Amino acid sequence: MSDTNRTVAPRPGDEVAIELNDVHKWYGEFHVLKGINLSVARGERIVICGPSGSGKSTLIRCINRLEEHQRGKIVVDGVELTNNLKNIDAVRRDVGMVFQHFNLFPHLTVLENCTLAPIWVRKMPKAQAEEIAMKYLKRVRIPDQANKYPGQLSGGQQQRVAIARSLCMNPKVMLFDEPTSALDPEMIKEVLDVMIGLANEGMTMICVTHEMGFARTVANRVIFMDRGEIVEQNEPLEFFNNPQSERTKLFLSQILAH
Amino acid sequence: MADNLSIQGHAPVSESASPAEMVKPPALALGPLGWVRANLFNNWFNSILTILILWLAYKVIPPLLDWLVFNSVLPGEGVTNQTCRASGGACWAFIHEKYRLILFGLYPYEEQWRPILVVLLIIGLLGVSCNRNFWRPWLLGLWAVGGLVVATLMWGGILGLPFVPNNLWGGLPLTLILSVVGLVVAFPLSIMLALGRRSDLPIVKSLCVTYIELIRGVPLITVLFMASVMFPLFLPTGVTIDKLLRAQIGLILFASAYLAEVIRGGLQAIPKGQYEAADSLGLSYWQKTGKIILPQALSITIPPLVNTFIGFFKDTSLVIIIGLFDLMSASKAALTDPAWRGFYKESYLFVAFIYFIFCFFMSKYSQWLEVQLHRGHKR
Repeated sequence: MSDTNRTVAPRPGDEVAIELNDVHKWYGEFHVLKGINLSVARGERIVICGPSGSGKSTLIRCINRLEEHQRGKIVVDGVELTNNLKNIDAVRRDVGMVFQHFNLFPHLTVLENCTLAPIWVRKMPKAQAEEIAMKYLKRVRIPDQANKYPGQLSGGQQQRVAIARSLCMNPKVMLFDEPTSALDPEMIKEVLDVMIGLANEGMTMICVTHEMGFARTVANRVIFMDRGEIVEQNEPLEFFNNPQSERTKLFLSQILAH
Repeated sequence: MADNLSIQGHAPVSESASPAEMVKPPALALGPLGWVRANLFNNWFNSILTILILWLAYKVIPPLLDWLVFNSVLPGEGVTNQTCRASGGACWAFIHEKYRLILFGLYPYEEQWRPILVVLLIIGLLGVSCNRNFWRPWLLGLWAVGGLVVATLMWGGILGLPFVPNNLWGGLPLTLILSVVGLVVAFPLSIMLALGRRSDLPIVKSLCVTYIELIRGVPLITVLFMASVMFPLFLPTGVTIDKLLRAQIGLILFASAYLAEVIRGGLQAIPKGQYEAADSLGLSYWQKTGKIILPQALSITIPPLVNTFIGFFKDTSLVIIIGLFDLMSASKAALTDPAWRGFYKESYLFVAFIYFIFCFFMSKYSQWLEVQLHRGHKR
């Protein structure tokens, strides 16, 4: 019997960055998250995989309150997510998110995209915000595109700008919602390289992805979700070589087939 | 053979073959003759249509030109309404005789330099506001000052200017003031209405919906009539509200309801991902709306917005219903002169021309603005 719904204990001495406790969510009548228990330690890299409709995107969107959970408790960095707007704002400031379809602001330049939040949310002076933005744009290797508009960039470049934009807010946790699913194969590598670089610097990351190579390289823990529950979670080597549950085995056989 | 990479059955193409000679296309395919052939006579239906239109043009345009230009009576020495009636052409002398009445209504003759200045000032303010580089907070200050100057010039009563009550205002300055003030005040109101209609707060939402549907459900004439005749009935006796103000408020209410729906269409067109990205960065509702959503929504809705502006500018002609003499009704007033009765064609053409100039420039500006705003989106 697989270890469903039992929290994997964080490594000893590590503080807990994110805690989900018996989280349920419904879309109308549809029960999309069925009692999720998850504990994420600081610096831990988690990859969530699973078939479509399993609730993985919904799960990470609940962490920064883009979706609202109806039962259970979510605590991010000591702040509990409730209807309290101040709590939600505090969490969103420290949690960065990268979307499948980039969601860059098309009417602003790349630099303005990156400096908007630091200036207006963290109340930073413009010069300082631009300095930080250029630093992160250099980090994702596109400093020369700073004055272009998102519409003038390729998909891989846009996603890297999106990552830089989130990093400019100095988040404690980064959430990735299928960051490479909308990219051409040639561009996937450049985005994954940036994410691996982030992981190596100790960023706490939760990544929903189908890129199993990335999971093997970088993840501390791979979680398999199906139909709203966490079916299995394990460290990558064990997860891929020794899947416990039948559902996991089926899923792995489908995605590793080609 | 394996070395021979040609497809089975075809001789290999020699690499040294020269490219085929470039030959000029046939004469009838290029140039104006070619265009005519391709567009006007390319099939039976189009050919017949072209001939029909050419025949119509032959029938209509020469007599029209005769009336408009060749037989027209231009203003000059000794030209009177008798000369005009004798000639069969357009009587432009009538316009020369009456243009001050048409353009300025009942405004006192000697003081008409003031409404001229007002018209120029409003056009100047609009021109300055067209430049995107000037879209800064100080522009609002400029408009406030401009508004004060317009008010001083039109009313007078101070600085040695004789007082002119606003029931004597008319013609082009009145149309411009009603339209510009109407749109400038209605626009922020309509943004609030559109945002309110999309909000999750039930009271705000139902208030906005009720307002919009009520105003949209009745003709502008009714709104003006309500504002002008019904509204004073609810006021305590002795309290009156200026007639011009009543008309202005009616126009503002009307414009804001229509503009709100146009803007709401734009808000709906913004992908959900934009809202989510703004939320995930920690932007507040007003920061998100003001910096991300509204700029994109207003940019998309430029065509229907300008459409509404143009329509509204001409709708101001309905204020005749409450006894204000805008450009349209001033032109009708010019025709009541017994000596110059019957020259309604010239009068309406003149007024139509003025409306056309303003609407044409609005349209051209909006096209230019769209190109400007999309420069950044193109690869």
